[in-house]
Amino acid sequence: METATRHPACPDLPGDVCRIVEQSDETMILALEGRLDADAVALLWHPLVDYIEKEAPQNLCIQADKISYCDGAGIGLLMELARKQRKREAQFKLRGLKEEFARLWSLYRPEDFLEIGSSRPHPCCLPEEVGRLACQAWRGLLDMVCFTGELTVALLQAARHPRSIRWPEVWLVAEKAGVNALPIVGLISFLIGLIMAFQATIPMRQFGVEIYIANLTALSMLRELGPLMTALLLAGRSGSAFAAELGTMKINEEIDALTTMGLAPVPFLAVTRVLATVIILPLLSLFANLMGLVGGAVVLRSLGYPLITYINQVKSAVNLVDLAGGLFKTLAFALIVAGVGCLYGLKTRLSASAVGDAATRAVVSGIILIVIADGLFAVIYYFLGI
Amino acid sequence: MPEKVQDTVIEVKDLAVGYGDSVVLRDISFNVDRGEIFIILGGSGCGKSTLLKNMIGLYRPLAGQVLINGRDMATAEGTRRRELLRSFGVMYQSGALFGSLTLMENVRLPLEEFTELPDRAMDLIAVMKLEMVGLGGYGHYMPSELSGGMRKRAAIARAMVLDPQILFLDEPTAGLDPVISAEMDQLILQLAESLNMTFVIVTHELPSIYAIADRVIMLDRQAKGIIASGPPKRLRDASENPRVQAFFRREAIPEVVQEESESSHE
Ligand SMILES: Nc1ncnc2c1ncn2[C@@H]1O[C@H](COP(=O)(O)OP(=O)(O)OP(=O)(O)O)[C@@H](O)[C@H]1O
Ligand SMILES: [Mg+2]
Repeated sequence: METATRHPACPDLPGDVCRIVEQSDETMILALEGRLDADAVALLWHPLVDYIEKEAPQNLCIQADKISYCDGAGIGLLMELARKQRKREAQFKLRGLKEEFARLWSLYRPEDFLEIGSSRPHPCCLPEEVGRLACQAWRGLLDMVCFTGELTVALLQAARHPRSIRWPEVWLVAEKAGVNALPIVGLISFLIGLIMAFQATIPMRQFGVEIYIANLTALSMLRELGPLMTALLLAGRSGSAFAAELGTMKINEEIDALTTMGLAPVPFLAVTRVLATVIILPLLSLFANLMGLVGGAVVLRSLGYPLITYINQVKSAVNLVDLAGGLFKTLAFALIVAGVGCLYGLKTRLSASAVGDAATRAVVSGIILIVIADGLFAVIYYFLGI
Repeated sequence: MPEKVQDTVIEVKDLAVGYGDSVVLRDISFNVDRGEIFIILGGSGCGKSTLLKNMIGLYRPLAGQVLINGRDMATAEGTRRRELLRSFGVMYQSGALFGSLTLMENVRLPLEEFTELPDRAMDLIAVMKLEMVGLGGYGHYMPSELSGGMRKRAAIARAMVLDPQILFLDEPTAGLDPVISAEMDQLILQLAESLNMTFVIVTHELPSIYAIADRVIMLDRQAKGIIASGPPKRLRDASENPRVQAFFRREAIPEVVQEESESSHE
């Protein structure tokens, strides 16, 4: 006790829980008392650990007989002191800890905790990261090629034996991805037709050719915007849903179960979804075309033109080839949306956030591929003179 | 800590639980005392997990109430609710580890949420708890990289990390090997004794029931309620109910009884 004055007690230590009983060059005796629960330890941890670190006693002895309660947090604090001492190759003694807490303490050995790994593996250096990403990208590409092949084979097989297709499932997907999408597709295309026509009003009026708004709306809706917007909507709405659905199945080992039951996942899951999408996307985009034209009609009506004039103008502006050209594109878009959704779903890695990642990637890749395909179609149609 | 007078931590009064219109259990009443290891038994699908989820306030009971430390979980709000949440830990039947977090982050999460401990302290405590369930060195693994039993143990570690007053464990030892099961039992006994923690455990493991249980209640699907309660040995030796006997003798339920109760069910 008499030596306590030589090293004045660390002022930061909360005196009611922790007292320095004796301190000499070699030895420090520390008394802990009261409740050592998470709240007390939270206050005590930094001051005490820092203080011991600074003083670095050769012998640290904890008098624990006055500890009335000591849960995991308290044991954690004692463990921190013990492992710090051990790391410095100094002595640690725990004296008088009540029987019940001593048994908790004896569940652990300080030497197990000399190094506490961080909670996540360290991110590595840049070149390694780049290499890893490149490898991943390459593997992703291979996956895509493999999957495209598998899907093609499965689709051909299905075409040869249409009875083997699980039609109830196809109709179910068609309902979810198609019928239920009608309101949003209708609304968006109506607004696009309306806005386009409305924006065109002012320049057209300057030349007194407002009636050509009908041509503008009809051509751009039928050839481009109807199919494209519908496909993009579907990619966001159903492509992501496919990826999430299949991803969840993968995580829950449902895909494994299918495989062991002799049902290959691609024909069983992907073909139904691809077929459903191929069936509904043209229909949806037909609907979108119609709603876009309605939007244009509303604008022209409000400018005072009779409906019949608008209809005649539309008839003269576009023909069936325009319509068919637009709808034909949707077949390709449908393959892309459903294929990409299923691909990312089936390639989901085994962790919960992976489902989210899969859905995100399905949407992003789907949109990019759709736009690229649309560009290709534009070029092809140009050379074909359509 | 001086030996406390027996006080009740959980009071279940005339509870009815179920989903929507379908009642799974009704007229459930029991008390759990502090420091007690209380076991809920019953056949598969009889509503043990449902009862547990009602007790921790996840679902609203169809009737009756559950008081934890004298407070009704279903109506507690704000800081009251937080205090209540702090006072118990739960392990779900499926483990319910967060798949996007490593094991250590999973175990740390309650500490981050409920305590002011410094970062290093949380790391150390998380590692210690993992070590306690035999998962030392797996801290940076993702849950998806573990076996089923390892996930279960990590979930136990997460439920215990705050050393709460009450622990609700839904089949903590199902799927664990006998050695680890026995270790878990030791751990539970240890915590109940040292920290006076209260345990409410759903389990089917007879050896572990004999080893740790202070009191058991047995639920039944046909009866939609408690068919027996008491210390496990007394239930085994003295219960008249053939279903209880069958359970403790690990026999198929005699056909006569099955028919009887099915007809009474109709
Ligand atoms: N989300 C839910 N909606 C409707 N009914 C449910 C739901 N979850 C469970 N049930 C029904 O409630 C009853 C009890 O289920 P519960 O999960 O509580 O059983 P359990 O006793 O925990 O069984 P086990 O030992 O197999 O885990 C079952 O009959 C089940 O069909
Ligand atoms: Mg259950």
